[in-house]
Amino acid sequence: MATSTTTWEKLGFRKAFRVGEAGWGHTLWVALVSFIYFLPVLIIVITSFKVQNEALSVPAKFFPTSFFGLIPEQYVFTPTLENFTSVFSRAFTTGGAVESTGFDRYFFNSMFIAGSSVLLALVIGTLAAFGFSRYPLKGNDTYLFIILTTRMLPAIVVIIPIILMFRIVGLSGSYPGIIFLYTAFNLPFTIWMMKSFFDELSLDVEDAARIDGSSELRVFFKVCLPQVVAGLAATFVFGLILTWNEFLFALLLTGADTRTVPVAMNQAVAGGGIGVLWGLLAAIETLFLIPVFLVTFFLQNHLLRGVTFGTVKR
Amino acid sequence: MSTIEIKKITKKFGEFTAVKDADLSVKAGEVVCLLGPSGCGKTTTLRMIAGLERTTEGDVVIAGKRMNELPPEKRDIAMVFQFYALYPALSVGENIAMPLHFEKLSTEERNKRVNRVAKILHLTEVLDRMPGQVSEGEKQRIAVARAIVRDPNCFLFDEPLSRLDVELRHSMRGQIKEVLSNLSKATVIVTHDQLEALTMADRIAIMKDGMIEQVGTPHEVFAKPANVFVASFIGTPQMNLIEAELKSFAKGVASIALAGSPVEMVADPAVSKLKPSKVMIGIRPRAFNAQDKAAKDTIHAQAELIEPMGAETLVHARTKAGADIRVVVPREKRVKIGEILHLKPDPKQTHFFGEDGKAVRT
Repeated sequence: MATSTTTWEKLGFRKAFRVGEAGWGHTLWVALVSFIYFLPVLIIVITSFKVQNEALSVPAKFFPTSFFGLIPEQYVFTPTLENFTSVFSRAFTTGGAVESTGFDRYFFNSMFIAGSSVLLALVIGTLAAFGFSRYPLKGNDTYLFIILTTRMLPAIVVIIPIILMFRIVGLSGSYPGIIFLYTAFNLPFTIWMMKSFFDELSLDVEDAARIDGSSELRVFFKVCLPQVVAGLAATFVFGLILTWNEFLFALLLTGADTRTVPVAMNQAVAGGGIGVLWGLLAAIETLFLIPVFLVTFFLQNHLLRGVTFGTVKR
Repeated sequence: MSTIEIKKITKKFGEFTAVKDADLSVKAGEVVCLLGPSGCGKTTTLRMIAGLERTTEGDVVIAGKRMNELPPEKRDIAMVFQFYALYPALSVGENIAMPLHFEKLSTEERNKRVNRVAKILHLTEVLDRMPGQVSEGEKQRIAVARAIVRDPNCFLFDEPLSRLDVELRHSMRGQIKEVLSNLSKATVIVTHDQLEALTMADRIAIMKDGMIEQVGTPHEVFAKPANVFVASFIGTPQMNLIEAELKSFAKGVASIALAGSPVEMVADPAVSKLKPSKVMIGIRPRAFNAQDKAAKDTIHAQAELIEPMGAETLVHARTKAGADIRVVVPREKRVKIGEILHLKPDPKQTHFFGEDGKAVRT
């Protein structure tokens, strides 16, 4: 067959019939689509550096600098950190002392509640998953199904009974209350996810460890657990993102002291009679993105490293 | 003493019987191969010896002690798995050291032991690598090293060479044999490769459908197969098994109707005990002498397919009545397709099997 270079290929779209590195055309195309996906986040980050009237201006001011006169003046805004300082403290225009908005507390709450509930779910869920995988109950699948049914209803449906239950036992508005709730919220997902990771492991390796004199505990910690590190990281990230952004339960079950950022954010920007404070909202959101972004970014290496790769040939 | 004995062990998985009344004893320093086709229960037998499966009936006795109820970690055995079963999260050195964990050795002593076996199996260079970063042959040697680092009661190998390519398999076969001969422990090797069994084992136990069909030295199972299954399973090319009718037996010569045509064969005296009946005649492809002329003691067959195998040539021939016969002839003898061969079976290598499939032999 004669090889000819088509216009399509000259544009950098390699032929699609073979596995291999993509050409520049495809890469740029994907970059463009990714950029569109990322645009809302970018707009929020940019807006967080604008004062209120610049945030509202039409046409939108997109550039923090004119790049030595390259960009027309009407698209350029003057970056400011004012929004970020006013996330944590506010001064009244009428004068008076600067007062704290309590957001330092809310950020701590979000981190503490999301972090501890996801970790707790990970510990309980991993042990449960190992049990379901290695020591199946009679009717194992039924149990697993029941566990999942707890997540089949929308949160809004179960919220009322939960509020009542929390009132009765006095967990409303407390740290343990919301942490336990989020743990329960994360458990089904954690169990299913970790079970599938344990199911994938070679039983021979565990048998080998037993023959080599290991107790069941040692088999779990020394042999099984290190093989599912990637799974632990993935489950942690997904659980964290879900919990971090959760709004409804947090709105109804946290008190003034245990309020999380999504709830506080809603209350901070809505009031004031002058409309939504877009700059402030964007600043809160930008700050809110950072922790979960960092965790995901750091664990990504773990997700990709593939610790179990190539040790057992199937 | 390092010995293994299994007494009438049976394993049932629900309704299915994987192993039935298997008896086997392995002396110290002896290598016994469990050989059989896939699904014959050989791996299950090995796992019962290891304690990874409970026996349904019967006893497992290791080093003179009944071990039925003991979990694998209490049996003091070493096992090499088919897929190596290396610990992915531990380095090669740590993998080899794993069985030493409960011996409470000093770090120095442990390193000494690891380095010693690493040297024997040429693994010194890769001790710090992870199992994912070593070659297939090295993984195999790591698995063996992990087994011999300790001084266990016995060794169990589950298809140890099945994942290696042909060349590596040959060299590993020799290496494992050498390592085992220096250890003088009872060893059981499971394999489906008869060449592996014939070369490595002191004795071979041939299994089929959960039953041990014959136990014997490689020479015995080849020269004196106990029944039709063993006869057909051992040896390449496969033994010819031809249905025939025994007419009479006199003065050591059996007159038989072989696929329609009468043939006279020198036979084992035990054949005299058989009444005239249907029998199965087993003749290895290398046990024929091609004659120039037809005679009373020759079988006639027409060459249909010719497969040169290098030093020898395999000829597929067919008798008038339609029985297929495989014959191996020397390379020098050129056989043409369609040629009529006059084949005289070597009486010493002719096996008679009765109607029950058992060999008839004194």
